[in-house]
Amino acid sequence: MKQIVVISGKGGTGKTVLSGSLAALANNKIMVDCDVDAADLHLLLHPKVKERHEFKSGQTALIDRKLCKRCGKCIPVCRFGAIKDDFTIERFSCEGCGLCSLICPHKAIRMEEDVAGEWFVSDTQYGPFVHAKLGIAEENSGKLVAKIRQIAKEIAEKKALDYVIIDGPPGIGCPVIASLSGVDCALIVTEPTLSGLHDAQRVREVAKHFNISVNLVVNKYDLNLGIAEKIEAFCREQGIPVLGRIAFDKKIVEALVKGKTVVEHISSPVAEEIKNIWEQLKS
Amino acid sequence: MIISIASGKGGTGKTTVAVNLALSLKNIQLLDCDVEEPNAHLFIQPRIKEELKAYIPVPEVNEAKCNYCGKCREVCAYHAIAVLPGNECKKGNVLIFPHLCHGCGACSLLCPQSAIKEVNKEIGVIEIGEKDNIQFVHGCLNIGEAMSPPLIRQVKKYINPTRTVIIDAPPGTSCPVITAVKGSDFCVLVTEPTPFGLNDLILAVEVLRKLQIPFGVFINRSDIGDGKVDNYCGEENIPILMKIPFSREIAVSYSEGVPIVKKDSLYQDKFINMYINICTIINEANSRH
Repeated sequence: MKQIVVISGKGGTGKTVLSGSLAALANNKIMVDCDVDAADLHLLLHPKVKERHEFKSGQTALIDRKLCKRCGKCIPVCRFGAIKDDFTIERFSCEGCGLCSLICPHKAIRMEEDVAGEWFVSDTQYGPFVHAKLGIAEENSGKLVAKIRQIAKEIAEKKALDYVIIDGPPGIGCPVIASLSGVDCALIVTEPTLSGLHDAQRVREVAKHFNISVNLVVNKYDLNLGIAEKIEAFCREQGIPVLGRIAFDKKIVEALVKGKTVVEHISSPVAEEIKNIWEQLKS
Repeated sequence: MIISIASGKGGTGKTTVAVNLALSLKNIQLLDCDVEEPNAHLFIQPRIKEELKAYIPVPEVNEAKCNYCGKCREVCAYHAIAVLPGNECKKGNVLIFPHLCHGCGACSLLCPQSAIKEVNKEIGVIEIGEKDNIQFVHGCLNIGEAMSPPLIRQVKKYINPTRTVIIDAPPGTSCPVITAVKGSDFCVLVTEPTPFGLNDLILAVEVLRKLQIPFGVFINRSDIGDGKVDNYCGEENIPILMKIPFSREIAVSYSEGVPIVKKDSLYQDKFINMYINICTIINEANSRH
């Protein structure tokens, strides 16, 4: 079993569009959407949810008005500025450390477990799919990513699947690290812009830091051939295989609007290039 | 006044809006709070005058004082401490996992032996600079570092209240975004008219409603995709602040780090109008309260 993650550093370079096509191209695999705070892959895979689970993680402080003597000891110890002057908790600032409840002389503060989101196991016409929805303004996205990856891996092992294909989040922080850890390889999708190059270099450093081998794809490469060449020069220098160059094509947005994957919707050089990328990636 | 620029989906044009708005107005401070992937500097090219390391406090155990009682492990909500008690033949051990630590200070405050002190762990850098009349601050998270909110909070400490502050936020809907937009007077949500753009816009709208920050929508590449973002904004009574159609010329100028207002001065008027529109919305919201 091989685990492959699609990442980018910069958002909006085409991770989900490419992941959707990989879902249509790869046989005997499970798909995972690890961009849990802005998940979009379901819009292409049209899942039928089979299992729905609450994701409990983290805790939030709650002050009991009746027990609170307003002594004020909790306010200075909170490093997150989550206790307001009127002795109520600002939910979005509380990081659930519990220090306030531990030091309150009147035992007026208790910690409540958060339901930080939901995760799903679904059927799609492309095979099984594990995805999630982080609660609005919740934290612990890294833990939710780790959870759905573990579930996907268990299903892959039980069903003897060949691939776990992971649509990753943008950035380089906690959910990206959780999406990367333990995969067999990462596919970086970037675009020929200074931001795309800058961010791809950073996310590549993260992959290197965790000893993950990377491949790269330049999406919309013909929007700026000069910068596309700079990206490829960087890859040559660093020994990163460039698996493909996908041209800018308005039909990609058409496919998206119809809720279809690119390789199924259009027969054009773009679809051929994506097929070619998968052929290289799987070998 | 603080205006933050956010979006659920990445790559919709947050930095484009933040940079062009900053260049169109006077007396601006621009804060790039997308510390995982900061890009605004590529467009502004500020002269960096100060570079400061950013730290979070993590515990360090004084082995001479520690009796391996395990209190620190018990109070750490993040499982960042493990304690191995000793026996006759072996000394105990305290293991600290700094990448899990949120720096809450519970272990050091509650250690019965006062054996824990906090030491600084570097998580990134903050750079401060300027370009023409724009004050510029950004944070850059170190590679391999998981938690961006502490760095975002530190960048926001440099907010200059005498200026109009523009915050370029990270994508998504979770803690880094909340930390970046919290305390803003207004938030511009940048989206594109595709199913992905709409899906993530709806999530971002829920976040701002929870945080009770007034907001409006900026539709980038407005002539691609479909009309569903427009319809959604209409149904939900969300003001559409501005639209930019897709043009290869704009895409190319973005790719080279050239802000559109520098190419086409008509856009400067559009961004000024958007700013006036935002001020009107804020004033109306304030007068209702």
